[in-house]
Amino acid sequence: MAIFLTKDSKVIVQGMTGATGMKHTKLMLADGTNIVGGVNPRKAGTSVDFDGTEVPVFGSVAEAMEKTGADVTVVFVPPAFAKAAVVEAIDAEIPLAVVITEGIAVHDSAAFWAYACEKGNKTRIIGPNCPGLITPGQSNAGIIPGDITKPGRIGLVSKSGTLTYQMMYELRDIGFTSAVGIGGDPVIGTTHIDALAAFEADPETELIVMIGEIGGDAEERAADFIKANVTKPVVGYVAGFTAPEGKTMGHAGAIVSGSSGTAQAKKEALEAAGVKVGKTPSETARLARAALSA
Amino acid sequence: MEKGRTRVDLFEYQARDLFAKHGVPVLAGEVIDTPEAAREATERLGGKSVVKAQVKVGGRGKAGGVKLAATPDEAVARATDILGMDIKGHTVHKVMIAETAPEIAEEYYVSYLLDRTNRTFLAMASVAGGMDIEEVAATTPEKLAKVPVDANKGVDIEKARAIVAQAKFPAEVAEQVAEVLVTLWKTFIAEDALLVEVNPLAKVADGRVIALDGKVSLDANAEFRQPEHEALEDKAAANPLEAAAKAKGLNYVKLDGQVGIIGNGAGLVMSTLDVVAYAGENHGGVKPANFLDIGGGASAEVMANGLEIILGDPDVKSVFVNVFGGITACDEVAKGIVQALELLKAKGENVSKPLVVRLDGNNAELGRKILSDANHPLVQRVDTMDGAADKAAELAAK
Repeated sequence: MAIFLTKDSKVIVQGMTGATGMKHTKLMLADGTNIVGGVNPRKAGTSVDFDGTEVPVFGSVAEAMEKTGADVTVVFVPPAFAKAAVVEAIDAEIPLAVVITEGIAVHDSAAFWAYACEKGNKTRIIGPNCPGLITPGQSNAGIIPGDITKPGRIGLVSKSGTLTYQMMYELRDIGFTSAVGIGGDPVIGTTHIDALAAFEADPETELIVMIGEIGGDAEERAADFIKANVTKPVVGYVAGFTAPEGKTMGHAGAIVSGSSGTAQAKKEALEAAGVKVGKTPSETARLARAALSA
Repeated sequence: MEKGRTRVDLFEYQARDLFAKHGVPVLAGEVIDTPEAAREATERLGGKSVVKAQVKVGGRGKAGGVKLAATPDEAVARATDILGMDIKGHTVHKVMIAETAPEIAEEYYVSYLLDRTNRTFLAMASVAGGMDIEEVAATTPEKLAKVPVDANKGVDIEKARAIVAQAKFPAEVAEQVAEVLVTLWKTFIAEDALLVEVNPLAKVADGRVIALDGKVSLDANAEFRQPEHEALEDKAAANPLEAAAKAKGLNYVKLDGQVGIIGNGAGLVMSTLDVVAYAGENHGGVKPANFLDIGGGASAEVMANGLEIILGDPDVKSVFVNVFGGITACDEVAKGIVQALELLKAKGENVSKPLVVRLDGNNAELGRKILSDANHPLVQRVDTMDGAADKAAELAAK
């Protein structure tokens, strides 16, 4: 089992014909991902050869879905066009859109999130500015290296890409059901809570590792959710204990979130919910091992 | 620390200019950076003015950074006092010479910002303006109206009237405040702002409602469609190393420790700062000297640029390069390290700071081999993050 992505997922790539899209489509195919098409209105009707695998290019997400039965899209289009790409995915009602693009303006991500809500959230959005998700041994939708680890018993959700890789590496001998990078942007689609709920429901996930970092109050809210809804052991890590306060003017944001957003505040909230929190990635890995053998 | 270079905070005068551009009522004013310029600026305003320190910190009035000038000569004297003043660690380099406000009858508060938790925009409004809005929120939360704003529907006059009603503005100013809310929303959207705040929004003796002071923060990620925004960034305030890093497109923040840090990905670099700070507890309390994220897919050139900045920091005693290659290939990182050392040597610089390098992930074996083959006397490989942090801290403490 896995969350959000399995070997049966049929994946298309928006922005496949760009340099980044080409590079990562090739890598995703090498990891066994069932990539059924790319989307580029200017190259519709053509196809791209990836080491012998012909991948057709469609004019729109809707057309790609109709012709291939695709249920996942991975978005690599540049920031200036990302909003239009995600809106197109929402209009096509594709079940999962994984938005890798980094540097999307907040007004654009706020707009496509509001649009997704207005349309009844038929499309799960992961990201933006995230590494995507991997279900080792089955499918890889994004840019997480496929060779770090193998299928296993741990579910991972993280705001940070490279910390996702680090943690998968630390626990590579145990392996993962799925690892989901949700991104650290101010507006993201899938949250820690969404992933925690999915891992709780996944029978093969025995332990959940949750990685957060300073800013916002997502970890505090995840802690409340864990307390009320998660029965599986959860191990946490929060990056940024020694990061200094940014040069932000005023704290109008803090009024809204009701949290200071510091690593210490997040750690305390998680620990109050029964989550064991490591001071470093390696300590977190030790806590995860201990919890699995308990 | 904000992740990445995402937020550009503006000075009051810049906020005033943007407000004026989009129709928010403001008083006349211009910014100057020499005392003598205060004379002509005040003459243009009819012979009297308010001299206001331009610093990105609250409480400047109490610190003596806002003074009334009854004559052009007095404005020069006040500008002389205020320019160069230190306000909570911020040196005043510019003052705004502003039109004197008519007598203030009431002070209100209005703002728009992103509500991260609910992933929507938010209007905040209060009739208890003029003071710290955090204090209003803490002590009299019933006086602060918070109204969600749909990013796609925005704020038209109807929505603005609803915000005004929820915040219980007096009837005689309600329509004027609603109009301010519409123009302020235009500012928020048109400028790709993360925050627009007017405090105080004043009702003055003649009945007008005017934005007397304000804050604006812009989204650096929107610069592709906001070509004028780059000029609003405060280059003078940046630390020289930060300025040099920015010129090379690097995401660098100067800190006050001794261990130079280079890594890939904001999360891993923040984590590296923590691990080094913990390791430093066993080595005389050494700390990280900087945050530097070379990002995903960094080339040898980016790595070399980063290393050059860090080796140029006189506070740095040792350097820790911590890379987990995802998109970034470790062989590129290793090449960058070797190239940077050669480049600095060719420039005649005496590099004597030890480097500890930890490479894992994409092409780690290749990268490690490049470092081993180069066999540089200053570079040592440690293949775990904790072990490498400890070694870098130990070397910095020597």
